[in-house]
Amino acid sequence: MSAETLVQLLYLVSTALFILSLRWMSDPETARKGVFSGVAAMLLAVAGTLAGVMATGGTHYWWILGAFALGAAVGYPLAQVPLTAVPQRTALSHAFGGLAAGLVGTAKFFLYYGQRNEAALTTFIVVALVAEILLGFLTFTGSLLAAGKLQEVTWIPQRPVTYPGQNLTNLALFGVALALGVALVLHPLAPWAPWAFGGVILLSLAFGVLLIIPIGGADMPTVISILNSYAGLSAVAMGFVLNNKLLITAGALDGSSGLILSIIMCKAMNRSFFNVLFGAFGQAQTSSAGGEQKAYKSDTVESAAQVMEQASLVVIVPGYGMAVAQAQHKVRELYDLLKKRGVTVKFAIHPVAGRMPGHMNVLLAEAEIPYTDLVEMDEINGDLPQADVALIIGANDVVNPAARADKTSPIYGMPIIDADKAKTVYAIKRSKNPGFAGIDNELYFLDKTFMLFGDAKSVVGELARKLAGDNSGH
Amino acid sequence: MMRMEHTETPGHPAPAAGGGHGRLDYMGALFVFMLATFIGVMVIQRVSRLLHTPLMSLTNAISAIAVVGALIVSAGKDYPGYITALGLVAIFCSTTNIVSGFLITDRMLKMFKKRPEVAK
Repeated sequence: MSAETLVQLLYLVSTALFILSLRWMSDPETARKGVFSGVAAMLLAVAGTLAGVMATGGTHYWWILGAFALGAAVGYPLAQVPLTAVPQRTALSHAFGGLAAGLVGTAKFFLYYGQRNEAALTTFIVVALVAEILLGFLTFTGSLLAAGKLQEVTWIPQRPVTYPGQNLTNLALFGVALALGVALVLHPLAPWAPWAFGGVILLSLAFGVLLIIPIGGADMPTVISILNSYAGLSAVAMGFVLNNKLLITAGALDGSSGLILSIIMCKAMNRSFFNVLFGAFGQAQTSSAGGEQKAYKSDTVESAAQVMEQASLVVIVPGYGMAVAQAQHKVRELYDLLKKRGVTVKFAIHPVAGRMPGHMNVLLAEAEIPYTDLVEMDEINGDLPQADVALIIGANDVVNPAARADKTSPIYGMPIIDADKAKTVYAIKRSKNPGFAGIDNELYFLDKTFMLFGDAKSVVGELARKLAGDNSGH
Repeated sequence: MMRMEHTETPGHPAPAAGGGHGRLDYMGALFVFMLATFIGVMVIQRVSRLLHTPLMSLTNAISAIAVVGALIVSAGKDYPGYITALGLVAIFCSTTNIVSGFLITDRMLKMFKKRPEVAK
């Protein structure tokens, strides 16, 4: 058996294991098997590549070992971050992925260019190279910026940055990048080709920044998914350049995963891709439903605790506010105390609650709340009319009834959790300011709604204390 | 210059080092891409919504398959030094994703439990 056959066989097994890895993610029961399968696939991929490299006379093994060791040394602490920081870790990871693809593409181009290798720089290869570096470097800076926004780095603006002619500027720059790309495809060995290539790199880096600055926090789940997809597609392009089917397959799996997640996120906000990327949420709605003054009704934690105690079904709607306040462990206490009193407690999970897909599920799972009580929006909405209490913890837009009724609202048409159909609504809110989208929430002004102002962690902790206190008092 | 000495057989473009056959079968590559995308879409649609965050960190790790390309570039004999350096940085980036991606995915998945733990 030739070395080449061995390499391809290892790649074949690796591909199958990658597919199985994702297949096993369909169920929390088998999901960990999916991780092991993924690790095995990656080891086979590296082993196969090394075998191939050795057979054709490779060098620099000590340097390579060093790069692996350094990567592992940085990767390990990145896996230990608190779970509230998972969105920014994910974004950072997309940045690394994009950079890797961009660098390999750059190396390949300059290698072939230096060799004056006309045979290697076919139209197909150059198109793939340009796609690889465009996607790679765009993902790199875009994800870095997204990570910075999520980490709330002080010098990075949190609110969407918009300026007149923004989309036109982006479009014009994209046109220039495209023109350079076409020129490269036509004349890959021209004396100016390295400059054109460098130009594409710079434009891609700029693009990443320009595409992400107009995007606000509420759109982060979609944007992270799109960047996930780009990172995968840049690996596919690399596969085309290197004629490597493993790269193509694994990249395509990643690309389709990001694509599906973005579609789910977009549907959950009733918006299109185009709208998320070019719509700059948060700038349009300057008027907030006329001048009439509405008043919140606050309530005390004591009476809220009493009402919950008497309830038979309590639905908790968590949002990003719960993550910010790190309230998930206090929520678990409340959940335990209510359960002990025979109250059924369910969590209503909106697909875009939080800053990345599935964010709330992970936080609640961390607090050891069984996943059988984490219920998707579509399923829980049927139960909400029977719920005695809907407790909203740091969620806002995902429970705003304006999405159903008010055609002028920027979130009109977005599917929401029907918290307003519960018999009583308690909403824990940090301040009286409107939510991320800057929209007033009618839910808070309903007759059955009572506000509990304060930090989510301390209010939930207070609720739990009241419930526990009553228990010992009787 | 070192890179000038490195010539390739005409008609056999891509260096074969771990990459594939010399001649690029780009139609085959496009077919593989198309099929893999369909498989990906179908498999991912079945992923439990509970697990979307771990799914994303798992695919992070999987997209670090770019390490294959980085290795091929880094290990190439007689490549100019800056090419090797680019490859090594790419290996570093990919390894970071492999290690942190798989570890954090597993860490998160361990937390998903059907039944509550006995209260501490």
